[in-house]
Amino acid sequence: MFGFPILSLMLLVPLVAALACLVVEAKTARTIALAATVADFLLGIVLWNRFEIGGPQWQFQENAALFSGFSWKLGIDGIALMLIELSVFLMPICILASASIEKRVGEYMAAFLLMETLMIGVFAAQDLFLFYIFFEAGLIPMYLIIGIWGGADRIYASYKFFLYTLLGSVLMLIAMLWMANEAGTTDVPTLMQYSFPVAAQKWLWLAFFASFAVKMPMWPVHTWLPDAHVQAPTAGSVILAGVLLKMGGYGFIRFSLPMFPEASASYAPLIFVLSMIAVVYTSLVALVQHDMKKLIAYSSVAHMAIVTVGLFAFNVQGLEGTMIVMLSHGLVAGALFLCVGVIYDRLHTREINRYGGLAINMPKYALFFLLFTMASIGLPGTSGFVGEFLSLAGIYQISSWVALVSTTGIILGAAYMLYLYRRVVYGEQKNADAAAMPDLSARELLMVVPIAAVVLWMGVYPESFLAPMRSDIAALDARLAQAKPAGDAKVTAGKPKATGEHSEHAVQEGAH
Amino acid sequence: MDPILFIVFLPLLAAAIAGLGNRALGNVAAKTVTTGALLAACALSWPIFISFLGGHAEAHVVPVLHWVQSGSLTFDWALRVDTMTAVMLVVVTSVSALVHLYSWGYMSEDPDQPRFFAYLSLFTFAMLMLVTADNLVQMFFGWEGVGLASYLLIGFWFRKPSASAAAIKAFVVNRVGDLGFMLGIFGTFLVFNTVSIPEILVRAPAMAGSTIGFLGYRLDTMTVLCCLLFVGAMGKSAQLGLHTWLPDAMEGPTPVSALIHAATMVTAGVFMVCRLSPMFQASETAMHVVTYVGAATCFFAATIGTTQWDIKRVIAYSTCSQLGYMFVAAGVGAPGAAMFHLFTHAFFKALLFLGAGSVIHAMHHEQDMRYYGGLRKQIPLTYWAMMAGTLAITGVGIVDVFGFAGFYSKDSILEAAYASASDSGRFGFFAGITAALLTSFYSWRLVFLTFFGKPRWSQSEHIQHAVHDDHGHGDHAQAHDDHGHAHDDGTAGYHPHESPLNMLLPLGVLSLGAVFAGYVFSHSFISEGTGEFWKGSIAFSEELIHHMHGVPEWVKWAPFGVMLTGFLTAIYAYIVNPSFPAKLVAQIGVIHRFVYNKWYFDELYDFLFVRPAFWLGDKFWKLGDIGLIDRFGPNGAAWAVVRGSRVAQKLQSGYLYSYALVMLLGLTAAITWVMVH
Repeated sequence: MFGFPILSLMLLVPLVAALACLVVEAKTARTIALAATVADFLLGIVLWNRFEIGGPQWQFQENAALFSGFSWKLGIDGIALMLIELSVFLMPICILASASIEKRVGEYMAAFLLMETLMIGVFAAQDLFLFYIFFEAGLIPMYLIIGIWGGADRIYASYKFFLYTLLGSVLMLIAMLWMANEAGTTDVPTLMQYSFPVAAQKWLWLAFFASFAVKMPMWPVHTWLPDAHVQAPTAGSVILAGVLLKMGGYGFIRFSLPMFPEASASYAPLIFVLSMIAVVYTSLVALVQHDMKKLIAYSSVAHMAIVTVGLFAFNVQGLEGTMIVMLSHGLVAGALFLCVGVIYDRLHTREINRYGGLAINMPKYALFFLLFTMASIGLPGTSGFVGEFLSLAGIYQISSWVALVSTTGIILGAAYMLYLYRRVVYGEQKNADAAAMPDLSARELLMVVPIAAVVLWMGVYPESFLAPMRSDIAALDARLAQAKPAGDAKVTAGKPKATGEHSEHAVQEGAH
Repeated sequence: MDPILFIVFLPLLAAAIAGLGNRALGNVAAKTVTTGALLAACALSWPIFISFLGGHAEAHVVPVLHWVQSGSLTFDWALRVDTMTAVMLVVVTSVSALVHLYSWGYMSEDPDQPRFFAYLSLFTFAMLMLVTADNLVQMFFGWEGVGLASYLLIGFWFRKPSASAAAIKAFVVNRVGDLGFMLGIFGTFLVFNTVSIPEILVRAPAMAGSTIGFLGYRLDTMTVLCCLLFVGAMGKSAQLGLHTWLPDAMEGPTPVSALIHAATMVTAGVFMVCRLSPMFQASETAMHVVTYVGAATCFFAATIGTTQWDIKRVIAYSTCSQLGYMFVAAGVGAPGAAMFHLFTHAFFKALLFLGAGSVIHAMHHEQDMRYYGGLRKQIPLTYWAMMAGTLAITGVGIVDVFGFAGFYSKDSILEAAYASASDSGRFGFFAGITAALLTSFYSWRLVFLTFFGKPRWSQSEHIQHAVHDDHGHGDHAQAHDDHGHAHDDGTAGYHPHESPLNMLLPLGVLSLGAVFAGYVFSHSFISEGTGEFWKGSIAFSEELIHHMHGVPEWVKWAPFGVMLTGFLTAIYAYIVNPSFPAKLVAQIGVIHRFVYNKWYFDELYDFLFVRPAFWLGDKFWKLGDIGLIDRFGPNGAAWAVVRGSRVAQKLQSGYLYSYALVMLLGLTAAITWVMVH
């Protein structure tokens, strides 16, 4: 195995850079932040390269006992690898997107770098409490980013954010304590194989659910997200949508499903109902928004509902689809927030009606915005399609109703996204200031081109992303097999024509 | 390398070059690259088709790239070449190449030409991916890809609000169909554990009579799957209920209407049903559904076609109606006839649209036929091209002698419907005959209003603008003189000009197709022994083909009779007694209003879906999120805290520290706990 503690190094680089940013002046802080995030991205490439597909489930493991069973324990499987790649890929782009930040630049960069450390930590932690620290602490820099560099209503937004996450995390912590006590270990891989009593599973599942549902966010605990997005600076929104929202899904796939399979199966209907409501409800709410960021935030809730539906489909398609939706949404929603940021920087408003006709003066912008819009509504050939398709194909095997209602998202999604695109990019140039905006600059192109490339890559050849996760998802699928619910299809054998004209009717009646 | 790779990917490459190069590349380069690519693709496609005609080509699949492997759900990028594909290849590349060429002239004054040509080529690529698909998911890729191109092209003149509205409508209505298509794919995977089309088709017949649980009901498996897939076909092919986007799609430039909304994209639904014909034939119910929907659309759209004034809308409804015929054929078990009509229709309908474009071009963007008239002498070549198209669509021909393209294909559909001897087939036959009557009427009405009678141009605002502009530049004295004398003839002093050669050439080529395509190819497509041509790429019954040739004489002559009736009625109403239509309309006002307003589908959908969606969204947001969840959730919590104690102030400002404190306390507790144990 790869002896060098590369995960620790990936945590350390941004952390050191964060400390450095606190003491230097603004311009240097920008350079340091960019250098550190790029360095971490390069380390991420090394990590992916050295990751052995089909090798041991847990790789790059590090273990240093700290005190009394609590240990610095890192290690990743393919699922964690992909989410780490997503984080380190988006970070340099976020730093580039922060050019318009002028207030307390050093602290701002430090907050972002600290967040990168904590994000990677969440996905790499193999100790229950280490995970908890990263998971909860990751939100502190986010609070700061919204609360200090956010918009006019930032205090209310961060208060909401705080209230929801606090409630969830208290319950999760209690559950973790109970688990550590019961199983006698805080080692995540061990716990993933541990069989908790079914009755206990249900309570534990609910406690974790409280935390993950908020992070996801699932309806009806989603209302913090639109406010947080609207108030956050552009880069904050990118990280929030790109990575922080994935922690809920990661939590489900790492904890709830493998540790409490029976409870997951019995609570699946709850998840389905909430997700179905979310798809329809938040899509319709997105349709009537006047604020670009709010619209995209609501669309995120709808997309995350496809994630939860796929997770609880209890089959490979659902799980792999979910992972691709998470990766894709991280890229696409992040890119859409960048697109909003690009014009916000020029006109300082998120009001949709203040724009219009941008295809005339910003043709490059129109092209990229179109690509990300299409990826968001799941056009085949983009990343959005692969994930959505697999997730929904997965859930169809369990319930045609859930599949039908969730799939209406493709109609509603097209409606609200194209309606947004039409109002911003098409039409006449009715506002002189919007008509005078220059097209994408080189720096902005540097932000959107890489994302566009990956979105298409993931859409045309998703194998690159599916391969590292394949054996982990197969293992999870095998673990879930014991609790797998039966689908509603129950196809009977065919009776071809040869047996007589009326056989069809006979079978139909017989089945009732 | 297999030529199919070039046929499919050259247009993509050209689209990328023209689209990304855009203005830096310049008009001429962009047009040359895209048109060149399409001509090359066309030149490579015909030999493939001819080798299938000759019966010495074998179906094969060219793998391109792995796409997705998820558990047992796997599908790859691959290009399938068989008879079905070969037919579609020549249709798509020929019409597309001609439309590219035509657009040189038609779009010559547009400032955005590279973008236009890039979209056209992108469309062609997506359509080719659709027709070469070897699995349902790649078909869906092409399906949505043509949808994207259609969206972009309908909204090409994006400054016009009506154009961008029509673009969204087209995409969203198609997505309703795609919902069905997607669920159909999921269901197919569930039942067959594969999405590979050949494998499904082999195993489908054995699933006849099986049942499946769907939405809480227990239904026939193949009926459920086929009906779901058919919903997708209905959306793409603008069948009754999901047709509302097609007339609005006429907002796009006319070459787009010819290529996408007549010859190729809208036939994708028919293609899908024919491609999956063994699957559909495993469910009688599904076949009846296809027939009924096709027949109803065929009649319904034809009625609307008789009342519209916009030349493009008449042809659009005509397209809708002709697609209905194709579904009738597919539904009664004669996919060969459906594909044949698809093939001939592509030529004559593209011809009619491009001809209409030539008229619109000559009439300075006027599309209202009320302001046409007498154009026969001004634009004679366009007139003859439109005549060829009209003769083809109305199905002029003498049994066993010679006929224009539509004569062979449409008549074979009607014969198949009659010969199928089922209730749905009979319904298809009578709806089809009635629609043929209406088709003949509205097609000749279009010709008479446009090319015959006296000019009525002077009332047209477009023409007035044109004349005014000309005079602005020209000699004032002469212009004034003109005003004095020449305006009684209804021309407003306007002189329509015949289109340039690059527009006339495609019209000429398509005219050849409209005249001869039926005569030349009917043997291969629909005669007895056609199995050698199709080589199992569609499922049809030899028996039905045999019956088709044995239908009573009156069935064979009925289409001719109604065609003649429609023609004579149109002559009477628009040449002999031009005041007749107005009188008739006055007498049957209610019916006319109902038909003229397209059976009020748009109003109905607006009332049922669009308004409620916005209303619900608003309520969910303001009453649900803000009024309920926030009020009793976070805001309620804050309120309770304020009431309960004075820590609220602290909480609001110092929440971060409290949070960190709670977390640390928790962790301390955790560690203590572990240490104690």
